[in-house]
Amino acid sequence: MAVRTTELVIIGAGPAGICAALEAASHGVKTTLVDRGEELGGQLIKQTHKFFGWHKKSAGTRGVLIAKKLAEEVLNNENITLLNSTEALGYYDDGTLLVETPRGIDRVLGDRLIVATGASERMLLFPGNDLPGVYGAGAVQTLMNVHGVRPGDSVLMIGSGNIGLIVSYQLLQAGVRVAAVVEAMPTIGGYAVHASKIRRLGVPIMTRHTIKEAYGKEQVEGAVIWELDENWNGIPGTEKDLEVDVVCLAIGLTPLAELLWQCGAEMAYIPELGGFVPLYDETMETTRKGVFVAGDVAGIEEASTAMAAGRMAGLSAARSLGKVSDLDYSRLRNEIAGELEGLRSGPASAKILSGIAKMRAMLQSVKEAAAVSEAEPANQPANQPADQPANRPAKQAASEPAKEGDLAEAGARDSEAQGNNGSKSEEAVGA
Amino acid sequence: MSTLVTTGVPSAQDIAGVTPPEERRARGPYATIECFQPIPCDPCHHSCRFGAIQEFEDINDIPKMDWSKCTGCALCVAACPGLAIFVVDETYSETECLIAMPYEFVPLPEKGQPVKLTDRAGIVVADGIVQRVVAGRKPAGTPVVWVSAPKRLATVVRGFILRKEG
Repeated sequence: MAVRTTELVIIGAGPAGICAALEAASHGVKTTLVDRGEELGGQLIKQTHKFFGWHKKSAGTRGVLIAKKLAEEVLNNENITLLNSTEALGYYDDGTLLVETPRGIDRVLGDRLIVATGASERMLLFPGNDLPGVYGAGAVQTLMNVHGVRPGDSVLMIGSGNIGLIVSYQLLQAGVRVAAVVEAMPTIGGYAVHASKIRRLGVPIMTRHTIKEAYGKEQVEGAVIWELDENWNGIPGTEKDLEVDVVCLAIGLTPLAELLWQCGAEMAYIPELGGFVPLYDETMETTRKGVFVAGDVAGIEEASTAMAAGRMAGLSAARSLGKVSDLDYSRLRNEIAGELEGLRSGPASAKILSGIAKMRAMLQSVKEAAAVSEAEPANQPANQPADQPANRPAKQAASEPAKEGDLAEAGARDSEAQGNNGSKSEEAVGA
Repeated sequence: MSTLVTTGVPSAQDIAGVTPPEERRARGPYATIECFQPIPCDPCHHSCRFGAIQEFEDINDIPKMDWSKCTGCALCVAACPGLAIFVVDETYSETECLIAMPYEFVPLPEKGQPVKLTDRAGIVVADGIVQRVVAGRKPAGTPVVWVSAPKRLATVVRGFILRKEG
């Protein structure tokens, strides 16, 4: 078993992980970027549509081109070592990350860790959901946009969030018929411009509708949809039979947080953020000291915010290794925080902001509880993070002038806590 | 609740709000921005060389048009990531108007090609002819196709289908 030592390990080379790596490396941090895929860019490599956002950032550019540019920057950066086709298996108290490379199992020993593992797709229960031809939207995108393979001839799309709408558009571009987009909620989930774009191309978008069943002998040969009543029950008599050979599920994502569970970070169930997420402060540090997060694993959002949050995590990790001067740190931190705030200032971000506020409130109470149990050592629960050996002290940091105060604590003053705009529970979103 | 959020088709009221007054429509080509929701996006403003799409105070602002400055050049049509901008020229001829639409399909149509014109719900409403095709700027640009349509449908036609041969 080979052992690699590095200052910073980043798991996941999607938009968040890459931007974290580039930011950290720009401060001279020796960074190892681990990704299970062959290509760099995560979901970006499938995004053929143009991105929103700031003109001066990446707006108007297609995701696949952003991925290409980011990948080049990573490959040309001498501070970044890339371990692609490599799966992260577990992160242990001594700072060991166990990885499975194409050649076998290796140990990566890092002083800091950034988890940017992204999200996984949700599954929906309905008769026939195990038939070949029932896909997740991510799989459809991978087939079409990475491998150039059409998933079928005619598709029923379940879910009208941005992913459902965008993948419908990409299917049409590939010459595949989209029979309908069904949405269980009373309104379309994604941006209206995406919805209007496919509506103009003749795709009906049916709100308050869902799939009743998919049928077929060897594979999907058709699907039945029906209307939902106020209590989310199908209304008998409203069934429509659609001749499709693909049912594509785009009913939402949930953070891919197993590594964070495994390494002992405090987790909480926050529906607004997509499910179980780690508790993390404004520097993106979790309750497991030295372990940072960014991107969808910290709450389901989109690529622009993932890139900014990734930079924030990379900056924080570099700072905690003593690689960033106070002046540079506060300048960069304000810049990135401003960008995130701008991206989240619209009504479309109300949900995510209320989720973050909830998460920060939980983080605060965890920290207060930890402070109390520290004062009374006898009551200290066995699984308290303080019990675990802190991350290996950074070798480099030791030679740096001591930084007063704990950054993570300083960052915990939550400015977003007031931004709670009536969070609604949306657990019953069956698509 | 606007039909925009239940079907994807903007309401008549939505459209009225982004259509210039009659006297401006009679004066020459104009852009109409069918972007009704505040989303974080501003490339349209930056694409306009005439200051017709006003500067954004906030990235989430809905674009505001100054039609007195708009020349109908259609640069914004190619720039909009949401493919939500169209240019309409109601002075094209006695009976026809010209509509510029974003088109991200291959193959691109050719000048002179007959097409089926569709409305915002994708329903065929008339026949039209491709008058001009502007290929997208490499590598990310959106091609813009100018199609002639019956004048009475100037605010209705927002798409087209290539007619199948034979």
